[in-house]
Amino acid sequence: MTADVRGLVIVALALGQAVLLAVLAPYVLGLTRAVRARLEGRAGGRLGQPWRDLRKLLRKGPTSPADASLVFVAAPPVLMATSIVVAGAAPFVATASVAGRADLIVVVGLLLLGTVALALAGLDTGTAFGGMGASREMTIAALVEPTLLLSVFALSVRVGSTDLATIVSAGATDPASVFTPASALAAAALAIATLAEGGRIPVDNPSTHLELTMVHEAMVLEYSGRDLALVEWASSLRLTILLGLLANLFVPWGVATALTPIGVLIGAAVFVVKVGLLAVALAVGEVFTAKLRLFRVPELLAGSFALALLAVLAAAVLG
Amino acid sequence: MNVIGAALAAAAGLALAGAAASVLFGRSARARVAGPLTALSGVAAVVAGAAAVAGASWSFATPDLLPLTGVELTIDALSGWFLLLVGAVTCVAGTYTVGYVGRSGEGASSRGALFLLPLFAASMMLVPLAASVPTLLAGWELMAVTSLLLVLTEHRHRPPQAPLANATQSDERTAARAGGAVRDAAVWYAAMTQLGFVALLAGLLWLAAVAGGTSFAAIRAGAAGMDATTAGVVFLLGIVGFAGKAGAVPLHPWLPRAHAESPSHVSTLMSAAMVKLGIYGLLRLGFDLLGGGATWWWLVLVVIGSGSALYGITQAAVAQDLKRMLAFSTSENVGLILLGVGFAGLYARSGNPAAAGLALAAALLHTANHAAFKALLFAGAGSVVRATGTRDLDRLGGLVRTMPATTIMFGAGALAAAALPPGNGFVSEWLLLQALLHPGPDAGTLLTIAAPLAVAVVATTAGIGVATYVKAVGTGFLARARTDPAALARESPPSMIVAMGLAGLACVGLSVGPGLTVPALSRIAADLELILDTGQPMVPSDLALRFDAVRATLWPLWTVLGIVAVTVAVAVTARGLGPARRRAAAWDCGDGPLTARMEYTATSFAEPLQRVFDDVLAPERDVDVTHVDESRYHVSAVSFQQRIPDRIENRLYQPLLGIMRRLGEQARGLGNGSVHRYLGYMLGALLAVLVLGVLR
Repeated sequence: MTADVRGLVIVALALGQAVLLAVLAPYVLGLTRAVRARLEGRAGGRLGQPWRDLRKLLRKGPTSPADASLVFVAAPPVLMATSIVVAGAAPFVATASVAGRADLIVVVGLLLLGTVALALAGLDTGTAFGGMGASREMTIAALVEPTLLLSVFALSVRVGSTDLATIVSAGATDPASVFTPASALAAAALAIATLAEGGRIPVDNPSTHLELTMVHEAMVLEYSGRDLALVEWASSLRLTILLGLLANLFVPWGVATALTPIGVLIGAAVFVVKVGLLAVALAVGEVFTAKLRLFRVPELLAGSFALALLAVLAAAVLG
Repeated sequence: MNVIGAALAAAAGLALAGAAASVLFGRSARARVAGPLTALSGVAAVVAGAAAVAGASWSFATPDLLPLTGVELTIDALSGWFLLLVGAVTCVAGTYTVGYVGRSGEGASSRGALFLLPLFAASMMLVPLAASVPTLLAGWELMAVTSLLLVLTEHRHRPPQAPLANATQSDERTAARAGGAVRDAAVWYAAMTQLGFVALLAGLLWLAAVAGGTSFAAIRAGAAGMDATTAGVVFLLGIVGFAGKAGAVPLHPWLPRAHAESPSHVSTLMSAAMVKLGIYGLLRLGFDLLGGGATWWWLVLVVIGSGSALYGITQAAVAQDLKRMLAFSTSENVGLILLGVGFAGLYARSGNPAAAGLALAAALLHTANHAAFKALLFAGAGSVVRATGTRDLDRLGGLVRTMPATTIMFGAGALAAAALPPGNGFVSEWLLLQALLHPGPDAGTLLTIAAPLAVAVVATTAGIGVATYVKAVGTGFLARARTDPAALARESPPSMIVAMGLAGLACVGLSVGPGLTVPALSRIAADLELILDTGQPMVPSDLALRFDAVRATLWPLWTVLGIVAVTVAVAVTARGLGPARRRAAAWDCGDGPLTARMEYTATSFAEPLQRVFDDVLAPERDVDVTHVDESRYHVSAVSFQQRIPDRIENRLYQPLLGIMRRLGEQARGLGNGSVHRYLGYMLGALLAVLVLGVLR
């Protein structure tokens, strides 16, 4: 492959991966809802219901609150853009295509940028709910960020690099390096961080209807029409990204380490299966857990922080 | 005389011309002449600094200017970096001064205040150029005194703000109280800075005495044979002086006071430039003059840095005073820089100069980044204060409509300060994390444990920092105005916006092209006997940040372009899908209309975080419930007050101050007015000195 062709293939793969995740994301959400409904003895919506909701919302015109500024208008595209960039750049399907381009610290930062955009929009509405949601979301984000960075670090120590592709392909080629105490601790920490970042039970209840318990929903209460569609879509995309990262960092097998068509196809299929399994596990977990009180959440996050710190120390000391 | 000499002469000349102009010109023209002259002197310093980091050198000595020792100046890459930084901030602050101080002829636009401003800037340029202990101390003290007087600018009264022109009696009382706060700030600053100066004086003179010469060259030569204890004590004294000036915890109590109470062009200079000279001093003393020292020196710096970062950001997160918040955030950033410096030292001691170079580069890059975004933020805060007359975030809001330019600028600065990806703060934080990740194969137990803990500190700081700046922008600038002054605010004059734009450009440049600074950073590292190598010659088109010692690459330009391009694409595509946007009332639970009192304030925004860090912050709450006369079950009014004191100050300084006060009162008994007794004291003192002299 000449350098030009290789460059084109890489761009095409990144685009394809972003499209795959964007298409997949509402189905992931639909899957968690369907599994939950089934376990709770309800009929529930179909797998593609979130997609139908999105299609309906995308056709409707948005409204802006009377006192809101451009921040309110800009937040959904920014949130969506950060999610798409991460979806395209991180090694979900193939590692070779993104080698040297996707840094774990940058990925964490980009996801946080999306959160910040939405929190500012929540404050920009000037309603008590918006402010409340923004305040809670930022508190949780502030406490999750250290856990995310630390567990990232524990994984980076193993390969001496924060480059995502390097970490994932090292795991895929050398299975022994995945089964370490540091890895297990980091996985536990990252799983809790994923729940918090994705706004899932026990940190936040995505299907709540009571304002006082809302976090994410309170923040986006004023969004409607295509704005709301973007926010919902981006949120499901973020959940898919987080689940995908969790899957590929700790169960990296199947990801395409070389740029062959078959390898990439297998990588895509395996990725879809892995994320689907994690989504089912998430839904099952949610059925059996209650949402924590907001002021108990820091204790949970402190626990995950401690796990992450132990993971880093274990990685550094045990090698 | 080469380009550096010419540029420095121009900088000095322009600064003096600025000082002269502010005395000579009348009050309406004063700021408009002195401000640009100061800014130009900053530009000249930038030229000199840029030439120095590019490898040029220059030195100058005049034996007669100061008694006994003379003045010795020289410039190397390290001095050049800090000179460049001071010059750039001076340029911003000088431009800003024109519009900010106004033409009233009082306070910040008085003859004295404008006279001191260029001198303060010039003295800051003198510090990194000093090549001997007396020159350094003279520049340091000049800087301290001029800045102290500038802090006092508004000690008599705050200038009347535009929307509050009809001052009532209560306003005057408020003004008097504000004047008291200014004086209090100045006293704290004077005490702390002089304490630091005494420590420096003792440390550096001792060093000079042991090394056998006051010039840096002589000290470098003499330091090799110095015993470890002396060097250690000198370095500790240096920490007291330099880290105190940098605002590191626990030597910080002056910082939130002085930064908040001084006029904003002065806080810009102090926070963005002056505190950095403390970092310069530590680098010069530790790496250059003392040649690296022992492991424990740098461990002390790491501990101080971690403490500053964590304590600073926690206090900033709950501060409701905009400038106090920025000041605590300065403490935090200084903490991160010190962490980088400390690890540079630790790595160097453990025999890993490549990792040390990386940590040093992170620290130096963060000094530049912090200077850029903090200049922007303090200038923005000054713009807000000037327009609304308040620094209280709980009384602001809605400025995005009345002051759009200021809001955009402050938002850009906040993005950088929150260390989020497209901002420049992220770049240096990334580099710092990379430095902590690569301790090397045989790092030893200390580094193996210290590096992960430091990562935890940096990560926690980054997380809380994001919440802090969302609070500042979200409650200070967005939604509805909470008070009339905020609603009636008018945008600042063009010169202030241009100044903010200059700082903003620096931020953008540093966030897109941090790779361009790498040759300069490598040169500084090489001067300090550390290694910073880029794997390959830099390709100007990709502007990536990559180093030999790091197995990861940062592509700042592509990150920025990617986010912007995709955001625009998403926004345009979404717009094409359906009908146009319309305005509607926000959901008011059917009990509308929404008022400003229903908005979340800065205090309420920070409440969950404050609750999480309750044990650290120990807020003092005062809830007063008044019941209706008829029934104890009905509440007629609730008043709520909350203060979040600086606990370190209360625990560490107040007892000390109490002891000093008691000692002072007891010492009064010594001087009862009797001349005989005083003569007796003198005789006693003389005898004691003679006896000591004989015994020795």
